[in-house]
Amino acid sequence: MLEVTLQIATEMEDKGFEIGEFLAAEREKDLLRFSTAGSVDDGKSTLIGRLLYDTQSVYDDQVRSIEGKGTTAPGQIDFALLTDGLRAEREQGITIDVAYRYFSTAKRKFIIADTPGHEQYTRNMATGASTADAAIVLIDASKGVQIQSRRHAYIASLLRVRHVLVAVNKMDLIAYEESVFRAIEAEFRAILAQIAQDTGTAVEAHFVPVSALKGDNVVHRAAKTSGAMPWYDGPALLELLEALPAINRTQNTSFRFPVQRVLRPDHTFRGFAGQIASGAIRVGETVTAFPSGRKAKVERIVTFDGDLEEAFAPLSITLVLDREIDISRGDLIADREDAPAVARNIKASLVWMDQRPLDSNRRYLLKHTSHTVPASISSVEHRVDLGALRHEPAPTLRMNDIGAVSLHLLQPIALDLYRDNRSTGALILIDPETNATVAAGMVTAAQGQTVAGDEDESGAWGRVTAGEREARWGHRGGALELTGPAELIDAVERSLFAVGAVTSLVDADELDRAGKQQFRDALADALVQSGLIALIARTGEDGALTASAGGFDITLDAQNQMHAVTAIHQLLRRAGIFISSEGADL
Amino acid sequence: MPAVETEILRAPSSASRPLPRRLNHLRLLEAESIHILREVASEFERPVMLYSIGKDSSVMLRLAQKAFYPAPIPFPLLHIDTGFKFREMIVFRDEMARQVGAELLVWRNEPAIAAGTNPIALDTRRCCALLKTQALLDGLRHYNFDAAFGGARRDEEKSRAKERIYSFRDAAGQWDPKNQRPELWNLYNARIHPGESIRVFPLSNWTEMDVWQYIHEENIPVVDLYFAKERPMYVRGDALLPIEQDFVARPGEKPQMVKSRLRSLGCSPCTGAIRSDAETIPAIIDELISFRSSERANRVIDHDQDGSMEIKKREGYF
Repeated sequence: MLEVTLQIATEMEDKGFEIGEFLAAEREKDLLRFSTAGSVDDGKSTLIGRLLYDTQSVYDDQVRSIEGKGTTAPGQIDFALLTDGLRAEREQGITIDVAYRYFSTAKRKFIIADTPGHEQYTRNMATGASTADAAIVLIDASKGVQIQSRRHAYIASLLRVRHVLVAVNKMDLIAYEESVFRAIEAEFRAILAQIAQDTGTAVEAHFVPVSALKGDNVVHRAAKTSGAMPWYDGPALLELLEALPAINRTQNTSFRFPVQRVLRPDHTFRGFAGQIASGAIRVGETVTAFPSGRKAKVERIVTFDGDLEEAFAPLSITLVLDREIDISRGDLIADREDAPAVARNIKASLVWMDQRPLDSNRRYLLKHTSHTVPASISSVEHRVDLGALRHEPAPTLRMNDIGAVSLHLLQPIALDLYRDNRSTGALILIDPETNATVAAGMVTAAQGQTVAGDEDESGAWGRVTAGEREARWGHRGGALELTGPAELIDAVERSLFAVGAVTSLVDADELDRAGKQQFRDALADALVQSGLIALIARTGEDGALTASAGGFDITLDAQNQMHAVTAIHQLLRRAGIFISSEGADL
Repeated sequence: MPAVETEILRAPSSASRPLPRRLNHLRLLEAESIHILREVASEFERPVMLYSIGKDSSVMLRLAQKAFYPAPIPFPLLHIDTGFKFREMIVFRDEMARQVGAELLVWRNEPAIAAGTNPIALDTRRCCALLKTQALLDGLRHYNFDAAFGGARRDEEKSRAKERIYSFRDAAGQWDPKNQRPELWNLYNARIHPGESIRVFPLSNWTEMDVWQYIHEENIPVVDLYFAKERPMYVRGDALLPIEQDFVARPGEKPQMVKSRLRSLGCSPCTGAIRSDAETIPAIIDELISFRSSERANRVIDHDQDGSMEIKKREGYF
């Protein structure tokens, strides 16, 4: 990409361009990531095209390839075509997916996450916002505030994008009328205040009246160039982007270092490789490893380019500690003071991203920093109605829904609240069957202690779910009907007990004799609902043992006890009561 | 400040050094790429790095050295050799693998090469499909790799702008642009079913300018073909065609010596050179600033059909 170095080049040509000076200036540049979203027709592509074109970030051949095409008048360039991506999109005239674009000015480099604005693509907006330092929200001045603008502002606030630049576009269509701009600003400021109340994160909003088509207040101030909007004396959009505070992923200054990998090239070196999520670390400082809670001092900060005395976020480094403590991938090395929470029960805001709705009876994989743990959703607390900005009760969350849930994790993890830390407070949920990323989550509350210790289940919320029971017992609830010699049935139960299964024996013969068949069935149901394995036992002939579970029936030779026991364990796996070995390593 | 920073970054490894509080864009991109390399190496069974010898591969290789230092790079390099790579590229490849101490694997679609496949006998699209895409898919399958790093950048081409850092591929190696996994923060979903794989692009967020600046700052070796030199070329209007392969010549055509260089390294029949005086990296960067055409414009294969890169990727190409 050409970058905007042309701009600098032109500036420097007058003074005699020196490549050395240019390279020196480049070394000073930082990086700002911002996202854009807008409705189908509010001119987002034109705005981005205009940003790229006016900062001379597009090549002549790219401009040539779109000249004379598109929907603009002859001789004009349809800037929207500069950002056009896939064939499928050009055919449908829409944007399907997040596109990343790059440009730079004399002051800094930029990465744009350009996200489509259709209602069904909330997930893409969240994707773009997750790494953004700023967001541009577009409002079509001729149409006023639409649902999409609220939605984007809500997502930006929820994902803690600090700066929201509101571009009130198509000012040329309303004769550059100041009163329309001011009315939109007032309305949207009220909406932003409402959003901040809901998400708990106030955004810093900046309003700019623009015409992407004419280039007013995008890169250059209209008052100085076209003369339009003399009533606006604020900065152009690009000036704002250049002036925003430098990259600052988190307000949190606590040291957080998720371990990605243990480097052990030989017996003399053992280092923990990772990227600092927040804060800084110096050689000699004491750190704590979570969830174990073990402490050590930092002996070396190793990089390929030499050891460092101090390192800070977001550098990728390798830490060597002064003593051998057990640390592996997924552990968090953190400040001794201001420790993260270690929790198994958390609350989170979720953006649901999958066609299959949230299912609280299923187990998901939760990925957080560098580890993945099985988790179940114990309750859906509410769904957010983005139109009315209200919470409503919901049994589940569907594709593109935003809501709040309680999660139960199979193992405790060290984490922070998302409002304190955008790295260690963020998570995704993965469907272990389809492997799809089904949700993005922001931790809003964590129940637990500062280091791993006794389990504290008192912090869970809502009704106990099948997933939680499964997590505790290690298997699902189910009925196993057995007919055969009593001592063999005892041996079967003993073998189940030995592997940690929680069983309950129901003497079906006795209940049947007493005419309590209905009670027998209700009892079995209650046991199964509680997640236990109900052994419904009947005495049968000495020679054979028949067993049935989950619709599978088998008949076994009662003489070969070992074989019978093994076969019944297999039956329980087949019936989905025992989680198969593939499932067990989740 | 710049001079000081350069000095600091070049400090000998024994002495600890302070860092500037504010990281420039190259340090930020480097930190992100190293994170990606470490994630993949830790979460996949059999990762591999596709090494194409070009400048992007050179940067990716350096980042891999950095990610695992002082341990060696924990995966092999794989070069898909079409048989039409420049001789200098092959020499450079072998030398780099030796210097870095990485295992180098080379895969060629030998039956297609033996059958005389070339972009003039076939069209470029079918030639690429056989010598690049097919060879790549065969090579990945042969070694059973479940993750493959590629040096592609999102600023290169419009379909790449929409591709994830972890680009999921089905059992046939194909990309489905409409069904990509959402990718949030730096949390990458590495779960795949047997037979499926992931292509990983650690340089996704780098631009061509970033790559050259990094090569300059880090003194990373690159193939000599990038630097301007008097080279024999077939001159056709504005186009300069390297004389590596006999079949490129038209009847009676004679090569001329032209001071020229390559902007991107592909197969010799399909990579045009440009007239240039840039003999150093700063001179290349200087030239880049004044360039008014995108780097892949000299690659025939991106233009043989509308949306051609998107189609190739859907078929399994990088």
